[in-house]
Amino acid sequence: MTQPRTLLDKLWDAHEIFRRDDGASLLWVDRHLVHEGSHHAFAKIGQKQIRVKEPNLTFGVLDHYVPTNRVGIQIDPSIPRMMQTLRDNAAMHGFKLFDTTHQNQGIVHVIGPELGLTLPGLLVNCGDSHTSTHGAFGALAFGIGATEVAHVLATQTIWQRKPLAMRIKVEGTLGPSVTAKDIALNWISLLGADGARGHAIEYAGSTIEALSMEGRMTLCNLSIEGGARFGMIAPDQTTFDYVKNRRYAPQGQKLEVAMEDWLDLKSDPDAYFDREITLRAEDIAPIVTWGTSPEQAVPVTATIPVLENLEAPKAEAAKAALEYMGLEAGRPLIGTPVDQIFIGSCTNGRIEDLRAAAEVLQGRRAVIPGLISPGSLKIKAMAESEGLDKVFKGAGLEWAGAGCSMCVGMNGDLVAAGKRCASSTNRNFRGRQGKGARTHLMSPAMVAAAAVTGTICDVRDLLSGKTN
Amino acid sequence: MGGWRHIKGITAYLPKANVDTDQLIPARFMSAPRSEGYGDYLLYDQRRDAYGQLDPSFPLNIDKIPSVLIAHRNFGSGSSREAAVYALVDAGFQAVIAPSFGDIFSSNAVNNGLLPLRLEEEDHAALVLCHKAQPDLPTAIDLDTCRLRLGSFECLFTLDETWRLKLINGWDDIDMTQQYLSRIDMYRERNYHVTPWVWPKG
Repeated sequence: MTQPRTLLDKLWDAHEIFRRDDGASLLWVDRHLVHEGSHHAFAKIGQKQIRVKEPNLTFGVLDHYVPTNRVGIQIDPSIPRMMQTLRDNAAMHGFKLFDTTHQNQGIVHVIGPELGLTLPGLLVNCGDSHTSTHGAFGALAFGIGATEVAHVLATQTIWQRKPLAMRIKVEGTLGPSVTAKDIALNWISLLGADGARGHAIEYAGSTIEALSMEGRMTLCNLSIEGGARFGMIAPDQTTFDYVKNRRYAPQGQKLEVAMEDWLDLKSDPDAYFDREITLRAEDIAPIVTWGTSPEQAVPVTATIPVLENLEAPKAEAAKAALEYMGLEAGRPLIGTPVDQIFIGSCTNGRIEDLRAAAEVLQGRRAVIPGLISPGSLKIKAMAESEGLDKVFKGAGLEWAGAGCSMCVGMNGDLVAAGKRCASSTNRNFRGRQGKGARTHLMSPAMVAAAAVTGTICDVRDLLSGKTN
Repeated sequence: MGGWRHIKGITAYLPKANVDTDQLIPARFMSAPRSEGYGDYLLYDQRRDAYGQLDPSFPLNIDKIPSVLIAHRNFGSGSSREAAVYALVDAGFQAVIAPSFGDIFSSNAVNNGLLPLRLEEEDHAALVLCHKAQPDLPTAIDLDTCRLRLGSFECLFTLDETWRLKLINGWDDIDMTQQYLSRIDMYRERNYHVTPWVWPKG
């Protein structure tokens, strides 16, 4: 009898061309997604006078540096240059580019799935750590550095040592306004920002099965914030329904063959995991970060930890983080004044996220400024057809173009030094949203609630009076 | 890129956990071509005061150029930006020692000749103590024996064998992979026929 295999085993075996004696595997790459930040890698293959090996499996998009067409934002001269470099590389090597004028432009991890480029069973690489997002489809998807990007461009393969298998099971029903973002921040706060280092996470359990594809993408996206390069979820009917009829997805006979292959993409019942954790959905509340690492997070109703209650290294880190954040240990998070909000990013810039934010903002005014950047132009159009843009603008918030925007600030959408931003993004690192910026990560609905009250607050209090 | 077997270098100590790659190099510097050198961007915002002057109290702002950095857990976490490694390498570092590293950072480091040296918490703590007692002592690292020494402190460390050989030989993966081209082509051919759905619709 064959050994029971995990989803990771199955995906790995299917892509392994060769395993060296030292244990490193050479893996075939089914999709290689590139963006402006890939310029170092193109320069590397340029030096070697190598051409892109598989232009038909390589797709480019402008996202990291793309201005979101806001009024009065200074565009650094390096931005058009970065965008042009990718255009030149796409033209020279002959791969498809989703330029700013293309109706499908958007954040790489948003448009990959939208276009059906991301499919169950594929190996997806991109020079961006949030490539783990695509694992939501039961794909082997992981972020790589520039040297590795150059290697994929040149060979369509990647050397990789197989990570350990870890399963996070979540069982039960999430409470009102508790989202995939909260599931992620919850486990990261429990296990630490390096809690899953060296592991590939498979998320499973009834709570995960009940998540939409958008929610699953948010969860897998944040795997890297807990140290895992890979996050994945076995594909099911929800996945298949999402994938069908997408631009680059298989159709007809090819789809039927694909479906047969995809049905096997799940861990066998007795498969061995190196690490396994089970969480209860009922125990998870809306989570907010208070520090400068995603692990520094607590339920919104909790207080910022008292330093004496933390182990020595964590207490030191907390002290430094609180100093940077301008917060006090032991104080409640609720009521903390916020200067501005941001909704968007590959973590929470999808249509479901915008709907959740609009539900809170409907008929209300934001008392602080804020920016909403949809994850793609397709999502932008969808949101506008649903009238969500009117809700946002009616609340006094800015509705901008699609891109990475204020999550990383490369395009000039920055948070000023000392300003506090409630943000639906993925990193509360020092200086991430701008030099000296203070970021609080939370779900889009929680960000919307902060916009309405001008403080960190519990979105459940704002929605309890509404019909649901 | 040349490889190396031994180093004995000035040591700097960064007493902070979770030094992510956004801290190592703020995003605004990443559009520069590598040929311009990334060393000045290393920990740019933290090394400087409000006026943009190097803060003499910051651990890296010492007179001598250090080549070994002792850091704390989860060093290089976050963004996959290889520019974080370029900044360290261009500033003169050949090794970073920490109890844990971001996975992508570690791969990027090895691809640029920078050793991500992982030590058990106990050894790490002892090393930090030793460095604090005599900050001017160099750290010696030997890749042949995987041995580290600083003053009276000495320990063995574990290192992935592939990484060890890459660091010693300065190997480039693209060149190394050329020998497997026929296997890659065979895989591609089989993949094309067995799983036709994998190939994107034109």
